[in-house]
Amino acid sequence: MAKKLMKGCEAIAEAAIQAGCRYFFGYPITPQNDIPEYMSLRLPQVGGCFLQAESELAAINMVYGAAGAGARVMTSSSSPGISLKQEGISTCAAAELPCVVVNMMRGGPGLGNIQASQGDYFQATKGGGHGDYHAIVYAPSSIAEAVELMPKAFDVAEDYRTPVIILADGLIGQMMEPVEMPDNPNPVMRDKPWAATGYKPGGAKPRAIINSLYIETEDLDELCRRMQARYREIEKNEQRVELYHTEGAEFILCAYGTVARVCKAAVRILEEQGVKVGLVRPITLWPFPSGAVHDAIAQDSVKAALTVEVSAGQMVEDIRLAVNGCKPVEYLGEAGSRIPEAEEIAERILAMRRA
Amino acid sequence: MATIFQRTSVLTDKPFHYCPGCGHGIVHRMVAEVIDELGIREISTGVAPVGCAVFAYNYFDIDMYEAAHGRAPALATGYKRVHPDHVIFTYQGDGDLASIGTAEIVHAAHRGEKITTIFINNAIYGMTGGQMAPTTLVGQKTTTSPLGRDKDHCGEPIRMAEMLATISGSAFIARCALNNTPNLIKTKQAIKKAFETQIARKGFSMVEILSPCPTNWGKSPAEAMDWIQDAMIPYYPLGVMKEV
Amino acid sequence: MIRVTIYEDQCKGCGLCVRACPRSVLAISKTHLNKKGYYPAEVVDLSACVACTSCARTCPDVAIEIEK
Repeated sequence: MAKKLMKGCEAIAEAAIQAGCRYFFGYPITPQNDIPEYMSLRLPQVGGCFLQAESELAAINMVYGAAGAGARVMTSSSSPGISLKQEGISTCAAAELPCVVVNMMRGGPGLGNIQASQGDYFQATKGGGHGDYHAIVYAPSSIAEAVELMPKAFDVAEDYRTPVIILADGLIGQMMEPVEMPDNPNPVMRDKPWAATGYKPGGAKPRAIINSLYIETEDLDELCRRMQARYREIEKNEQRVELYHTEGAEFILCAYGTVARVCKAAVRILEEQGVKVGLVRPITLWPFPSGAVHDAIAQDSVKAALTVEVSAGQMVEDIRLAVNGCKPVEYLGEAGSRIPEAEEIAERILAMRRA
Repeated sequence: MATIFQRTSVLTDKPFHYCPGCGHGIVHRMVAEVIDELGIREISTGVAPVGCAVFAYNYFDIDMYEAAHGRAPALATGYKRVHPDHVIFTYQGDGDLASIGTAEIVHAAHRGEKITTIFINNAIYGMTGGQMAPTTLVGQKTTTSPLGRDKDHCGEPIRMAEMLATISGSAFIARCALNNTPNLIKTKQAIKKAFETQIARKGFSMVEILSPCPTNWGKSPAEAMDWIQDAMIPYYPLGVMKEV
Repeated sequence: MIRVTIYEDQCKGCGLCVRACPRSVLAISKTHLNKKGYYPAEVVDLSACVACTSCARTCPDVAIEIEK
């Protein structure tokens, strides 16, 4: 397979198509516009359907309808638009509907700006909508990784009948990088007996009821128990993390997405100065790879960890939870959309070393 | 002896939970009968709203969804795009359609979405206990317009049928009422026409139905039916607003 | 021959059938409660019935069946 130079948004869209996604409902918002744009041309070419909804909120409800009808379906947006989708995502989770939601994060809160940012971590991983639910959250740090994660996202969405969020940022969406795009014209679709595909009384297939209202406490409890048991399964099976030079490191950096790449540059700068620093990069932000994070940081050689984000500090809380006090965990990063420089990160580690 | 009127099998045998004299049960019967008569039950799906009819999935023996408040037309759009040869209807109250879901219904009509909407206009929020709806009449007392709706304060009621009839994507828009036998018969005819419009792929179809809500209107079922005649129909004229 | 069957335990005593009937065939019972505790509708003068089905059409609980 030859590598092709592709823009992040377009690569993600094409990878979704190759993963069997045939329905996309979206709405314009920078910096993810190239996803709906690309889908609007490509989906009809593969017998699929692209529709621009009247709002991000309508789009996620179209996803609900299409997912309930048994389709592989996706939507995408950027931070403010993702906020509008939260009720819909919670409803998809409760109705046990598989779907993929791409968030190209931008500066926030409020209208913020259109630069890359990581301020939606809490929203994505702690359940931005109402009620006890989770979405599986993947955080690609390159376009190639985003392409690799798309089929995985659709598969686990259906394995566990849950929404899956691709939490990228404006940089990943707007950069161009060489990728190997899989070629999969006839993806195998799974049988979904629970879906609304027509009901014949007395037939083999049960009547589909796609719903999330359970007015009796016991019924809602039963749904919630089923969902929580599923989340434990997901935590057991679906954690993904990259450990980069962590073996015997003196300090451990923790970062995800684009910032993790800046941290790798910092690791090289420090190695040139004889300081052994590793990087723990969660790929699934939920289920959070707590075990791997803890084991890397708990190494005797490690003095402290430094979490780096483009936010006021969100993932750092999960790092601290994972480490559970066995080592100090410091933070570098600010709210908004300023991405720290590799030198800045290296300097901070050296300062921590001197302290 | 032949049976000339009986419960259709498209309705489950679960008794309705609606209040005595509520219009929902009447419309449920009509929609189920139309699906039966058109022979489309195996390819029909319904979308229940948030509102008194939220449990409609217990009553229609077909595939059913329950949508987030106001979002049924978007949900139906998603379904219809996946199953273009199936039939889908949204069943919505005036809070669901004319308030929180206005954008969704307008854009479904605007896209000429080939779905059918059954819109129950009972000029009030039922399930949540009688609050003012966008269709509440001027002067009508509700739990959030205790002194009667004041149009200088919150405007006059919305006439959804007329509004949606101006949209080119609408292929059949009618308003009916449940208050007497002739109107009951016309209502069912309109529902049938709406489903036929969808099957013929002509575009968006909606039937707005003036329906009684005795409990929240504080009237007996009979008084409620009379109030439809005396108060609602003058403001909400009946008839076919658009037919392509 | 006309038969009007009222499924008594589905009836909520709303009285719409009585209001709709042009021939005063029906009335709300004053003496007898159904399983739900409502006074149900009942046929009081079947001979007047012309099987126009108005009662069944307006019944919010589809509790009336007409045979002719």
